Amino acid sequence: MPDRFLPSEFIVNVDHQRCRRCKRCILNCGFGVFDFQNMTTADSSKCVACHRCVVFCPEEAITITRNPLAFREHASWDVGLRKAIWKQAQSPGMILTGMGNDKPWLNIFDHLLIDACQVTNPSIDPLREPMELRTYLGRKPARLEIEYDSQGKPVLRGAVENNIMINVPIIFSGMSYGSISLNAQRAIAIAAERLGTLMNTGEGGLHEELYPYANHIIVQCASGRFGVHSKYLNAGVAVEIKIGQGAKPGIGGHLPGEKIGREVSGTRMIPQGTDALSPAPHHDIYSIEDLRQLIYALKEATGYKPVSVKIATVHNVAAIASGIARAGADMIYLDGFRGGTGASPAIVRDHVGIPIEIAIAVVDEQLRSEGIRNMVSIIAAGGIRSSADVVKAIALGADAVAIGTAALVAMGCRLCQKCYTGNCSWGIATQRPELTSRLDPDWGAERLVNLVNSWSLEVKEVLGALGINAIESLRGNRDRLRSLGLDPATNEVLGVRPAGM
Amino acid sequence: MDGVRQASRSEEEVKVAELDARGIHYKELNEKIRSLIESGYEEIVLNGVNGQRYIGDGLVHNVRIVINGVPGNDLGAFMDGPRIVVNDNAQDGVGNTMNSGVIVVRGHAGDVIGYGMRSGKIFIRDDVGYRTGIHMKSYREQVPVIVVGGRAGDFLGEYMAGGIIVVLGLSSDSKDLVGHYTGTGMHGGVIYLAEEIDESKLGSEVRIFQADKTDIERLNALLAEFSDLTGLDVSKVDPRSFVKLLPVSHRPYGNMYVY
Ligand code: SF4
Ligand code: SF4
Repeated sequence: MPDRFLPSEFIVNVDHQRCRRCKRCILNCGFGVFDFQNMTTADSSKCVACHRCVVFCPEEAITITRNPLAFREHASWDVGLRKAIWKQAQSPGMILTGMGNDKPWLNIFDHLLIDACQVTNPSIDPLREPMELRTYLGRKPARLEIEYDSQGKPVLRGAVENNIMINVPIIFSGMSYGSISLNAQRAIAIAAERLGTLMNTGEGGLHEELYPYANHIIVQCASGRFGVHSKYLNAGVAVEIKIGQGAKPGIGGHLPGEKIGREVSGTRMIPQGTDALSPAPHHDIYSIEDLRQLIYALKEATGYKPVSVKIATVHNVAAIASGIARAGADMIYLDGFRGGTGASPAIVRDHVGIPIEIAIAVVDEQLRSEGIRNMVSIIAAGGIRSSADVVKAIALGADAVAIGTAALVAMGCRLCQKCYTGNCSWGIATQRPELTSRLDPDWGAERLVNLVNSWSLEVKEVLGALGINAIESLRGNRDRLRSLGLDPATNEVLGVRPAGM
Repeated sequence: MDGVRQASRSEEEVKVAELDARGIHYKELNEKIRSLIESGYEEIVLNGVNGQRYIGDGLVHNVRIVINGVPGNDLGAFMDGPRIVVNDNAQDGVGNTMNSGVIVVRGHAGDVIGYGMRSGKIFIRDDVGYRTGIHMKSYREQVPVIVVGGRAGDFLGEYMAGGIIVVLGLSSDSKDLVGHYTGTGMHGGVIYLAEEIDESKLGSEVRIFQADKTDIERLNALLAEFSDLTGLDVSKVDPRSFVKLLPVSHRPYGNMYVY
């Protein structure tokens, strides 16, 4: 019997008339598609359509097409389902995948429309007037009490909690060293510093080389406690307790031993070559009271730096968020079910959790109704693809958004979803030195800075159209959103009226 | 400083401060401890401790803290260096994610002892609760150690990735040495038990072996240190009768996936 039932997903074609046999494709492909025997040959079965070869072939000799092989069509048995069965019938195990949910679920952002001023209320021209995108992350006082000193000058009474100032309401999401390369993390760190915003270590510790950027870094404390020690906790501007991740709510993580080389092992502080297993829960957190205990343990260990709690958006997200706020967190990081990952079982990535749009709206609403919205900043992530998504997320109730996949795409990622293989041809989701060395951190940083600056311009433009001059005034301002094509129940959950109403 | 009595043990010329912890909130207590360390005290004696959490949390100093009374949860969490002695019972979360140092409890301790600890030693004279030593890990020359004089509850050494756990079973009650699910998901390190236990208590990722010569040497050294620090008589304990639990695989979940 044949070893594999699976036909190649893509067909790689080398135009031998054009090919000048420079072998660049052989060097560039992380998946070993190309070979050279008198002429350039390609093994299509290995191709993941990451396009590295296409971009780097000097002769444009390579084309990659979807394998046109016709599968007998069947409305309820799509090809993906059949392929999964073939794989699992061949060797037992869960189907592993990378990146974010690729299933065609309804994308609510694409069904929300933004308002603008016409005639009766003037819009603002961002070219002429200052537009404020600056955002403060952290706990705000319930009310400000002001006294007047002897000169009659107002002074604030009482202490205000530590807040982190970011110049744009866009931060970089947690992507660990191990899941991505050090060069990718360097690029993000440099960009965060230049932009006056933040990056997040993910759960892999902080490499020595990134300590100089610590004023722009949130350090994560996840269930495996990899690389977590006093110096690390005190290095960043805030600590994040990672409870869950949008791409894999409720499950732990397994970074396979092959990816734990010398450097990664040093940053995670575990031996080389062993699997880095993150337990599904933190075993010191089985309740909101336990969460409070860890939040304050971290505050005590860091001189009361702000603590963020990252959760995957699940059905009960509003009640959970309320508990997190009351447990003493300064920020709640909501990661929607479209969030990316270095590796996740496909069943979890594709079927567990709820969309970020819904989560932002219900969490914001719940915290407001309890009168505790000021206690936490909400950071929304997991499916932010554009400046329009940024505006909509903030209008739904977020204080800021975090981008992960968008940042990787800016640095070359083609969403091939093979991050878990460690062969990323773009030098991002890999630790192979010949692959990581091709990602120049300065080049990557420049692209990230360009991207975020572009989005900032667009956000300002839309704010102007809305007649708003500060991003703060957009926060939770759902009245400036309308939905198109959403059902009444979803509209109600979102707190958004349909267009025309 | 309020409530601080200064003294010095002249034989060793150690600068000692005594502090009355009664009625002081943990935040203030920890601030006081930090400022005493900054003023050069090498030993701090806390009297009247009654449930204050986070004592010694995140400290990176080479200081000795003596606790008279029962400290609250997360004693010595994230700590990196200090030596803490508790002359009473301790609660949950002792040595949570600690990086180095020594914690001695001359009594019982609660749940989640030494979670994710990477180095240093925890000596508990009597029993410990559930989830002791979960996800302990070693790194380079750092090898964390937990020695329990009494018995341990369920989930001992779950997900353990490195380090050493020893359970002596010297409790007065006749319950089993360890609870259920011992060593579940274990993929590194070693658990030593003073007596053979039923396989039904074990996670499927570990197997029972007899202690060999190197183990016995290692155990003798640890027992001497344990007895010295906790004051428990271990003369009746014979390392030659110990068993050890080792993981069957360093990659217990390596075959769970298809691509
Ligand atoms: S990179 Fe293009 S030109 Fe060079 S060997 Fe490959 S197909 Fe030929
Ligand atoms: S990071 Fe690399 S491996 Fe992952 S989807 Fe992007 S291109 Fe593919």
